[in-house]
Amino acid sequence: APGMFLRLLSDVRWRATRPRWRRWMRSRRSTSSTAEPHPVSLPAQAQVVICGGGITGTSVAYHLSKLGWKDIVLLEQGRLAAGTTRFCAGIVSAARPVSIELKMADYSNKLYQQLEQETGVKTGYMKTGSISLAQTQDRLISLKRIASSLNVMGIPCEIITPKQVAQLHPLINIHDLVGAMYVPGDALVSSADVSLALATAASRNGVQIHERTSVSHVLVQKGRVTGVETDRGHISCQYFVNCAGQWAYELGLSGEEHVSIPVHACEHFYLLTYPLKEPLASSIPTIVDPDGRIYIRNWQGGILSGGFEKNPKPLFTEGRNQLEIQNLQEDWDHFEPLLSALLRRMPDLEALQIMQLVNCPETFTPDMRCIMGESPAVRGYFVLAGMNSAGISYGGGAGKYLAEWMVNGYPSENVWPLDLKRFGSLQSSRTFLRHRVMEVMPLICDLKVPRWDFQTGRQLRTSPLYDRLDAQGARWMEKHGFERVKYFVPPGKDLLDLDQSKTFYKPDWFDIVGSEVKCCKEAVCVIDMSSFTKFEISSTGDQALASLQYLFSNDLDVPVGHVVHTGMLNEQGGYENDCSVARLSKRSFFMISPTDQQVHCWSWLKNHLPSDSNLTLEDVTWKYTALNLIGPRAVDVLSELSYAPITPEHFPSLFCKEMSVGYANGIRVMSITHTGEPGFMLYIPIEYALHVYNEVMNMGQKYGIRNAGYYALRSLRIEKFFAFWGQDLDAFTTPMECGREFQVKLEKGMEFIGQDALLEQKQHGVYKRFTMFILEDHDTDMDLWPWWGEPIFRNGRYVGKTTSSAYSYTLERHVCLGFVQHFDEKTGEELVVTTDFINQGEYEIDIAGQRFQAKAKLYPFSSLFTQRRRKDEVELSGYQRE
Amino acid sequence: FYLTPPQVNSILKANEYSFKVPEFDGKNVSSVLGFDSNQLPANAPIEDRRSAATCLQTRGMLLGVFDGHAGCACAQAVSERLFYYIAVSLLPHETLLEIENAVESGRALLPILQWHKHPNDYFSKEASKLYFNSLRTYWQELIDLNSGETTDVKEALINAFKRLDNDISLEAQVGDPNSFLNYLVLRVAFSGATACVAHVDGVDLHVANTGDSRAMLGVQEEDGSWSAVNLSYDHNAQNEHEVERVKMEHPKSEEKSLVKQDRLLGLLMPFRAFGDVKFKWSIELQKRVVESGPDQLNDNEYTKFIPPNYHTPPYLTAEPEVIHHKLRPQDKFLVLATDGLWETMHRQDVARIVGEYLTGVHHQQPIAVGGYKVTLGQMHGLLTERRARISSVFEDQNAATHLIRHAVGNNEFGTVDHERLSKMLSLPEELARMYRDDITIIVVQFNSHVVGACQSEQ
Repeated sequence: APGMFLRLLSDVRWRATRPRWRRWMRSRRSTSSTAEPHPVSLPAQAQVVICGGGITGTSVAYHLSKLGWKDIVLLEQGRLAAGTTRFCAGIVSAARPVSIELKMADYSNKLYQQLEQETGVKTGYMKTGSISLAQTQDRLISLKRIASSLNVMGIPCEIITPKQVAQLHPLINIHDLVGAMYVPGDALVSSADVSLALATAASRNGVQIHERTSVSHVLVQKGRVTGVETDRGHISCQYFVNCAGQWAYELGLSGEEHVSIPVHACEHFYLLTYPLKEPLASSIPTIVDPDGRIYIRNWQGGILSGGFEKNPKPLFTEGRNQLEIQNLQEDWDHFEPLLSALLRRMPDLEALQIMQLVNCPETFTPDMRCIMGESPAVRGYFVLAGMNSAGISYGGGAGKYLAEWMVNGYPSENVWPLDLKRFGSLQSSRTFLRHRVMEVMPLICDLKVPRWDFQTGRQLRTSPLYDRLDAQGARWMEKHGFERVKYFVPPGKDLLDLDQSKTFYKPDWFDIVGSEVKCCKEAVCVIDMSSFTKFEISSTGDQALASLQYLFSNDLDVPVGHVVHTGMLNEQGGYENDCSVARLSKRSFFMISPTDQQVHCWSWLKNHLPSDSNLTLEDVTWKYTALNLIGPRAVDVLSELSYAPITPEHFPSLFCKEMSVGYANGIRVMSITHTGEPGFMLYIPIEYALHVYNEVMNMGQKYGIRNAGYYALRSLRIEKFFAFWGQDLDAFTTPMECGREFQVKLEKGMEFIGQDALLEQKQHGVYKRFTMFILEDHDTDMDLWPWWGEPIFRNGRYVGKTTSSAYSYTLERHVCLGFVQHFDEKTGEELVVTTDFINQGEYEIDIAGQRFQAKAKLYPFSSLFTQRRRKDEVELSGYQRE
Repeated sequence: FYLTPPQVNSILKANEYSFKVPEFDGKNVSSVLGFDSNQLPANAPIEDRRSAATCLQTRGMLLGVFDGHAGCACAQAVSERLFYYIAVSLLPHETLLEIENAVESGRALLPILQWHKHPNDYFSKEASKLYFNSLRTYWQELIDLNSGETTDVKEALINAFKRLDNDISLEAQVGDPNSFLNYLVLRVAFSGATACVAHVDGVDLHVANTGDSRAMLGVQEEDGSWSAVNLSYDHNAQNEHEVERVKMEHPKSEEKSLVKQDRLLGLLMPFRAFGDVKFKWSIELQKRVVESGPDQLNDNEYTKFIPPNYHTPPYLTAEPEVIHHKLRPQDKFLVLATDGLWETMHRQDVARIVGEYLTGVHHQQPIAVGGYKVTLGQMHGLLTERRARISSVFEDQNAATHLIRHAVGNNEFGTVDHERLSKMLSLPEELARMYRDDITIIVVQFNSHVVGACQSEQ
């Protein structure tokens, strides 16, 4: 009876077994509640509680239930699919620059396409295709780069001329266009309906859905989730998933144990119109005009058009405000630039009648990538939030990865770029987030060129030498909140200002970095590398050694004073971290990891070290300033400052000694430079930093010392074929695949994580191989520069992608690093990659659609570089990070 | 021929000046936050003058605009001298004595005023000695007169205005052995100037006005909108009381000839002014001075010309009307401007434009489509027009400049029209005066917190 549906309108429990629930679904939006709700009481316990009934929450529930987890409760404070999801523009597009995002979007599209058939719920899915327009040549280059990655992924995509654009979409003014990218597979959906369909399927699989139930906080005991407290009572659970969208930040802080989720909302506007006189065909492609900052899609014969303005309006900075969300105003004056862009793109729309200007808050993150994964502070606390206004495109794929993560321990793809642990509490300041998202939202439409840096939220973490270096012309970039020098602009030399310096070609700093590299090769340079993550692990007995032997693949039972390069691997043998460990004494170790490992490595260690009070782990990152003295004369500088013999006999490569430098005592000196060049890393207690720096610079004068930055370091390490964790190496790469077998001691007499997987690879071979490519016919001055993510072709067939690249001033060629795979020509099946396979191929690298011949190498050009110190070979054979 | 927007801006901004009252310990205890001033010439050279200064021996700040006619000499002299006369009139007996003793014994003088001047606002070096001596005579008389009573601001303002005008008149009669100075004092006396001066001390605002410049208070109503309150009366033919006053001062027989074509004796627009001895001196005195004066004066038809129906001088006075106003927190700013502004803009518009400029809020109702039928094109036109209105605000860092931009460039819709602005500013010198007058504006911004605090103390 109809009365039943009405009653169910406000029902809080959702059950697919209820009869005629589909009709209920259709009616629930058009009718308002007239009857008393019959809330079904919450269960006392569940395996998983998901908070948030938007696209992300329902997608997680859907995928968890697909993977066989049934004891799941989804809580939604209001109605399912009522928040940002309901207002979302519903564009599903795979045209994304980051490869993991592209994969998520591709999966989402395929999922939504069959969802209606699977669930019977209408999703409004319509494959319309999308056209991304380029008003400038630079924009066209960026589209071509995306097109290259889409094509090798098997997603149809082509670069088309303005004329072809006009054929695909009759309303577009093409006069200011230089080209466009057409992705025929992109689709439109009704986002709320997709979310409801996912909920329906999940519900059928046993997921319990309760609306109008809000989570007040999450209960934690001994660092593990134990339950949630809601306004309707308590639920005990093992896993909690925070899919609260723009409220995720506050929900994260609501419990006793804070989970920092750096997201911040901004207002987002789009326009709805009445249908055109001649209504738009439902198959008309969606238009994205990034130079005009707008998107335009068909909406019921009229259009839906929104955009990402230069001056976004952040909101809810001070926290949740229910009034604010209800009173979001249409702000036409704010929308004016976007409306101008729309009418410029489609002048014929002038006479079209406005229906509504929708203001819907969207959630943004500090780096424009969404946030997923387990909290480093609370086990069992998972997060999926911060979709940066692409919730529909990513929702399906992101939900799948998170579900895999929870069920299998890790997703089926490398999701480090999206991992919550890439952030720490340092990105949690509301002021920081407010300022940063105001930069991020416009960035969605901005041209993304190589090496861009965020301009907001800067100068948070700095080395004590910051002012000194800045005064000497340092130009800065930021990693994990830490300011690091890119290069030093010599006095009297001017670089282009920020906007003009954006280029896909040879950058303006080319000669500056070249001279820094030259100085590293011929004299000595100093690079401030204080941002490195530094941990100390010590114990009263042998616990430290024993634990580290279990955590690391290399043998750490080395004499005191030795430095060991080693991977910290997962069960599959993949790199969770790549670090150097110095044995300070029999019972204490000093561990150096990449800058952005601070949170991830800490939590990995915490989760894997035995809880033994005799074993202490300390983060000493802030206690040490790190100076890298690179170059053949580094040894002279250091010996003059320390009155200690530093000859290779006394101080061989990969050694660590505590010594005095100038007046300062207790400097940890290590004979490594992370570049393969001779030299030393100095770990200096911060109060001595300025003193040691001054001494080094004064003493170094006669040896031609100068400051250098990370760009020089990068060029040096890439030409030496050093891989870098986070860029070249990830949790899906093993030491065997990147030529680092020598860092794995399978027979060290102790079991370690990943050992079995590595043994297996040793016996059966690897399925991808880290390879170095030297570009042959590439003109550094005239051609587009490689960046990373460029497809690699072997004998004309796609075999993998580059992971990093740099110009080698020594080789006078571009060097790209990347992984080569071997796909069976017929079946596409992955085959073992042998040395012969690598060596017996003709290679090409695709830069924005243009292919350049490349020479593949599995070993660095050691013969090309002058060997000044024999022992360097140890380091030369391959270890690096930035 | 059009001026580009940057050219327009450089013309509009050439004379702009801003002063912010300095803060101590992060607090500004003055009821004045600061002021913006600017002037735009129509005459060449400009005949308007402006002055601003802080009184150092008493509290308070002085601001004034001066509109010269028949040359700029009188306006220049008044702009240099009037504030000293006012400051001296306000000084207590002991301070006057101290200053006199310092002068007597050749010691350094206590500074009386701190001027806030644009580089184009000059003081005449040559006349400074002469001016100083006249001023000293004035304070010596004040010392002798010592009434023992505390100085009333209103009285001080009136006395200062009258005394300065008197000195201008006397200096011209006595003459000076230096031929340059002699000619100068005569030019000062034979030209004229109106004055509109504000004295702000805490919540006490006094406006002394002589002539047809105007002071207007910008008041923010509770709903955020802006209204204007006049703090001066124009002394011209449009002011019935003023016409009445002039008629009272002269025999009935002159009633018809006193005001003709809205001008005093058919000649002078303002009914009160400094200088203008042609409307103050007896015919004999005028003739004597002109004849014994330098040739340039003698050759000048204007100076020789005696106004018609000139029977019972003086017809003109420099005595100001003073209005006292207690500042309230809703009183946000004061606009002092010469008639060049008020001829082109209604005071209500002035209040709104300055108010919106200073608060940074442009009281435009947000647009809502609601149930109306609006097309994208219509909406676009509306928004572009609204944006133009706002963008003109952000071009200016100075409220006075912003007001001038509107005064000169406003079209019939009340928005700045660049084309019109460009045309008005590129008029050749000889035509400019036909389309507009010199405009001089001072916008004083009040500190509502201090005003509120003072008010509650009282």
